[in-house]
Amino acid sequence: MPATADDSELRWRCRRGMLELDIIFNEFLDKAYSTLTHEQKDLLDQMLDYPDQLLFDLLLGHMPSADKGISSLVTYIRDTIRP
Amino acid sequence: MSINDIQRRRFDTLIIGAGGGGLRAALQLAEADASVAVVSKVFPTRSHTVAAQGGMNAALANVLPDNWHWHMFDTVKGSDYLGDQDAIEYMCRAAPKVVYELEHSGVPFSRLDNGKIYQRPFGGQSQNFGGDQAARTCAAADRTGHAILHSLYQQNIRAKTHFFDEYFAVDLLKDEQGNVLGAFVFDIHTGEELIIEAKTTLLATGGAGQLFRTTTNALINTGDGMGMALRAGVPLQDMEFFQFHPTGIAGRGMLITEGARGEGGYLVNCEGERLMERYAPKAKDLASRDVVSRSIYTEVKEGRGCGPNRDHVMLKLDHLGEAVLQKRLPGIRQTCITFLGIDPAEQPIPVYPTAHYTMGGIPTDRYGQVVIPVKDTPEEPVHGLYAAGECACVSVHGANRLGGNSLLDILVFGRSAANHIIETLKETRYHRPMDEDSIAQAYERLHRWDATGDGESVEQIRTDLKKAMEENCGVFRSQDVLDNGVKQVSAIAERLKHARINDNTSMFNTARVEALELENLMDVALATVYSAAARTESRGAHSRIDYPDRDDKHWMRHSLYSLEDRKLDYKPVRTKPMSVPSFPPKARVY
Repeated sequence: MPATADDSELRWRCRRGMLELDIIFNEFLDKAYSTLTHEQKDLLDQMLDYPDQLLFDLLLGHMPSADKGISSLVTYIRDTIRP
Repeated sequence: MSINDIQRRRFDTLIIGAGGGGLRAALQLAEADASVAVVSKVFPTRSHTVAAQGGMNAALANVLPDNWHWHMFDTVKGSDYLGDQDAIEYMCRAAPKVVYELEHSGVPFSRLDNGKIYQRPFGGQSQNFGGDQAARTCAAADRTGHAILHSLYQQNIRAKTHFFDEYFAVDLLKDEQGNVLGAFVFDIHTGEELIIEAKTTLLATGGAGQLFRTTTNALINTGDGMGMALRAGVPLQDMEFFQFHPTGIAGRGMLITEGARGEGGYLVNCEGERLMERYAPKAKDLASRDVVSRSIYTEVKEGRGCGPNRDHVMLKLDHLGEAVLQKRLPGIRQTCITFLGIDPAEQPIPVYPTAHYTMGGIPTDRYGQVVIPVKDTPEEPVHGLYAAGECACVSVHGANRLGGNSLLDILVFGRSAANHIIETLKETRYHRPMDEDSIAQAYERLHRWDATGDGESVEQIRTDLKKAMEENCGVFRSQDVLDNGVKQVSAIAERLKHARINDNTSMFNTARVEALELENLMDVALATVYSAAARTESRGAHSRIDYPDRDDKHWMRHSLYSLEDRKLDYKPVRTKPMSVPSFPPKARVY
């Protein structure tokens, strides 16, 4: 089945300037996107507008997010992709 | 939409690619009141420049004595004497000015206590033409690329540069005389096609690390500008020179910095042996990048690799202790925990050489003009076409790039190309009429992917290409290996002609984008493997086991690969600098 335009748009927004972010987002979408709540999807949408460097720092555990929702989504993403 | 209904827009200059090179050029042009369009397949601040953490070289002499001439010497030597010395002089002279321009535009360079820009030492930097270590690299902490890219983007918005975000450029458009007059693009959101007519076009699309299975490059680095140039009849220069970093995370590609070995880390094979003792008894794990990369490859090839597939070696850091790792290498620790689920304070890291930087590319002069051989002239400008940054080969990196010179390259030559374009625009008052056949060819190339029916998947062909390139055109090169690479990549290229995608919708059809990207990668792969198989010497990153020495008599020349008949040609290296005596070739010893 071809992907829907919304799915494809989300995947394209996950194409970033850093390999680390490409890998994290692609693995996360493959493993867990279908399990996300509406609230989590909105948070992911918000997060994808962040600059790459900030995403790198958050997702590689270099700094925490002050936003509770984002912080919990970051933890969920890190847990999901951890081998 | 029929070809006749496609909308047309006109600009003075079209820039394809919105990394540091494209944005630096766009800013120069917009500030000179040119109308500038920037087409980028991703949002501009998601370009790969953002990943350049190290910094940029400029002989500011803020920490240690320095001058541009020493920087020039180091760059010529680092290039293994394949760099063009006029372009290298130009770049090294321009470097301080470019850094100060960035400083004035708000890039937060790290500072010394006296307020001057901090400069760190990097490999390959020397004082006094090969003497003591120099400190030449200016950095904004470990996020220099990010700081530069964001600053340039904001300034471009202020200067009213017109951005076509998330548009994909299919092909360059020309007139019957071969002048480049813009590009055929489409909006990834809607699928709507657009003809951008431009008096001048600059390619700034970055490198092609996605040629290889294991790479540090982001997914976007698919050599799009190089593919477009090839199809427009421009040969690619020196594509056999691809820089590999010895320690990428195996199977993943992301970099484990040399600092890990600098702090006392070492490589072991499946038998627990310190493998570098065999290959470099003196320097061991601190031997040069190409030596360490080839040693890892040899261990794996000879069955001493680690893991269930014996396809990597291990980098041991656990003996350093948790406190040292946390203090000196915190980034590496987090990277390993995130992607491998292991803590290097407790377990070794699986590593394998990873493709890092494309030294070759679209041939240009130091004004960014794309130049091709015409009859007996080796470098005739292609009217209307410019290139800058990693997609270009100016050539300042020659056979091997020095750390800190890539950000410098994109900024110096982005700016230089823009200055030349400004002069060209003064003499180019009108848009020339396009050759309609050129538009039809681009249209057909795009719509070839609308075909339905049976056919192999793009994904499978991409996987096979990357594997074939890694195994046959990676760090370990011999005639047999490279000839096999030519055969394999040619066969894979043939398969791509019959591939199909299972999505022929218009909105966000990323399957089609990926198919077009693979076509670009395929042509760049052929250029790389053909050029490598022909060069029977070892120079810089092109290291051949069967021809271990540099051969200046026969090979101090640039390769030029053309798509037509997959033909190779050569042109001399520009050994004459602008104002100083040449640096003659010498053994490259550090």
